[in-house]
Amino acid sequence: MTTLLPQEEIADLQQRIAAAHEPREMIVDILLAIQARHRWVSDEGIELTADLLGLSPLQVEEVATFYDKVYRRPVGEKVIHVCDSICCWSRGSEAVYRHLQQRLAIAPGETTADGLFTLLPTCCLGACDLGPAMRIGTRLYGNLTPEKVDEILARERGEKQP
Amino acid sequence: MSNLLFKNRHPGTTTFLDGYRNTGGYQGLEKALREMTPAEIRDLVKASGLRGRGGAGFSTGLKWSFFPVDMPGDKYLVCNGDEMEPGTFKDRTLLEADPHQLVEGIVIAAYALHISTGFIFLRHAYSQARANLERAITEAREAGLIGRNILGTDFSFELLIHGSAGRYICGEETGLLNGLEGKRPNPRSKPPFPAVKGLFAKPTLLNNVETLANVQHIVIGGAEWFSGLARTEEGAGTKLFCLSGHLNRTGCIELPLGIPLGELVEEHGGGVWQDRRFKACLPGGASTPYLTAEHFDTPMDYAPLEAVKTRLGTGGLVVFDDRTCMVAATLNLQRFFARESCGWCTPCRDGLPMVCWVLEKIERGEGTAEDLEMLRGLVKNINGRTFCALALGAMGPVDGLLRHFEQELVDHIKLGRCPLKQG
Repeated sequence: MTTLLPQEEIADLQQRIAAAHEPREMIVDILLAIQARHRWVSDEGIELTADLLGLSPLQVEEVATFYDKVYRRPVGEKVIHVCDSICCWSRGSEAVYRHLQQRLAIAPGETTADGLFTLLPTCCLGACDLGPAMRIGTRLYGNLTPEKVDEILARERGEKQP
Repeated sequence: MSNLLFKNRHPGTTTFLDGYRNTGGYQGLEKALREMTPAEIRDLVKASGLRGRGGAGFSTGLKWSFFPVDMPGDKYLVCNGDEMEPGTFKDRTLLEADPHQLVEGIVIAAYALHISTGFIFLRHAYSQARANLERAITEAREAGLIGRNILGTDFSFELLIHGSAGRYICGEETGLLNGLEGKRPNPRSKPPFPAVKGLFAKPTLLNNVETLANVQHIVIGGAEWFSGLARTEEGAGTKLFCLSGHLNRTGCIELPLGIPLGELVEEHGGGVWQDRRFKACLPGGASTPYLTAEHFDTPMDYAPLEAVKTRLGTGGLVVFDDRTCMVAATLNLQRFFARESCGWCTPCRDGLPMVCWVLEKIERGEGTAEDLEMLRGLVKNINGRTFCALALGAMGPVDGLLRHFEQELVDHIKLGRCPLKQG
């Protein structure tokens, strides 16, 4: 179980847990720390989090499955979140989303055969002035058009996740 | 005039401590801690007429007056930075431009309310805002503006950031508290209200980012000056308006509260894009009932908007041009709310998908007069029957659709297709 995170990182988390007002407050941070190393949070990740916080795996699971930026299934190297809320919708997000599905040859929720991209919808990214918008990893892209999406995909393909 | 919160906003850069101080930053905190008692600050904020900028619009001073300041033991201040209302990006814009605006406001609020620990609850997508806040908090700590014995007084205060992982319901104050505690962020039933039993069951004050960022300006300028900033008699202060949708110029802009809707659209939004006509707007984010061009003279302020059966909400104006199908737009909004429902109570969890189902049917051209009645019934039966305001907010645009665009719904049903769909 401890192979999920390096010993130093576990020690660092334990220190932050000890300093927290309540250990449980750290739950999202731990889940995201595991995800940062493994791209997603496996059952073992849930157990490790529970162990560190003195919770049951179920108590962790009900939090992990609640948030949509905690992935409980394997995802590709880069997760594309396309905003489908009203402002982006009003400026053509449906066409952008369709174009992405076509270009990547996957449906929403799927991962490309090369394991590079996973495509998911997201609610409002707080980038309404730049709609249609999407995020790839932590990078925000706005004012999207199908042509611009092609350029972005080419560029993202060419570099590793930072 | 009107830049208070955005006075240090320069495109492409962030203002940190030196720049913030160059324009008078932390003079409000100095004045508050050296010249004013906590009670004086609370009275001042109440007299200023400041109302919550996060959506509900409750009087900030009144909220503070309910807070048990003299209760011994832990008390918390929680800043709600889970900005996720579609059409809203003011907190992001503020924190990307000038994070100390928030930090100073929080420290003064904490002093006024005898609070020694604060949390900023920040949404997952705002990584730049988070980095800025982390740096601003570090700077403030090193300068003696946060931590033990602030500015050499006996007031001490710690400020922490809680990063979330993406759910709209976390913006609901009790859902947020559960999330911050590391529990599943379902809302709690009220009472008890957070002021009595909030974070870790302790008295907790919750305010929005923009609300708190106004506090130091009120301390410096005074209540009368602050309320005079608005263009309406009853209004107070400026507002960060977010412009999006079918406008020529989108973006976030600080303007006096009470600016007429038409002026906001034409002058600041540059009018409707592609030489089209204005059809409707969400005046204050996804959960506020639509307005039409008939309302161009309506001041964008809390009371005047309530008078036309909508709300200022977050100040997120989303404009729709005359080619927009309002049934389709409302359906998009309902899908958002249905997906973001936390599932805790039945009218929201099961009711919102039913609203989607009816709207989908009407939009496809398969709707009947009975479906229209069902839609009315759903609004009536969902409103007021849930723990939190998510479903109530969801019904806002449906209510607006039924009031302002009933004919468009009827046309869908009569024609057996969407009258606005091309080809």
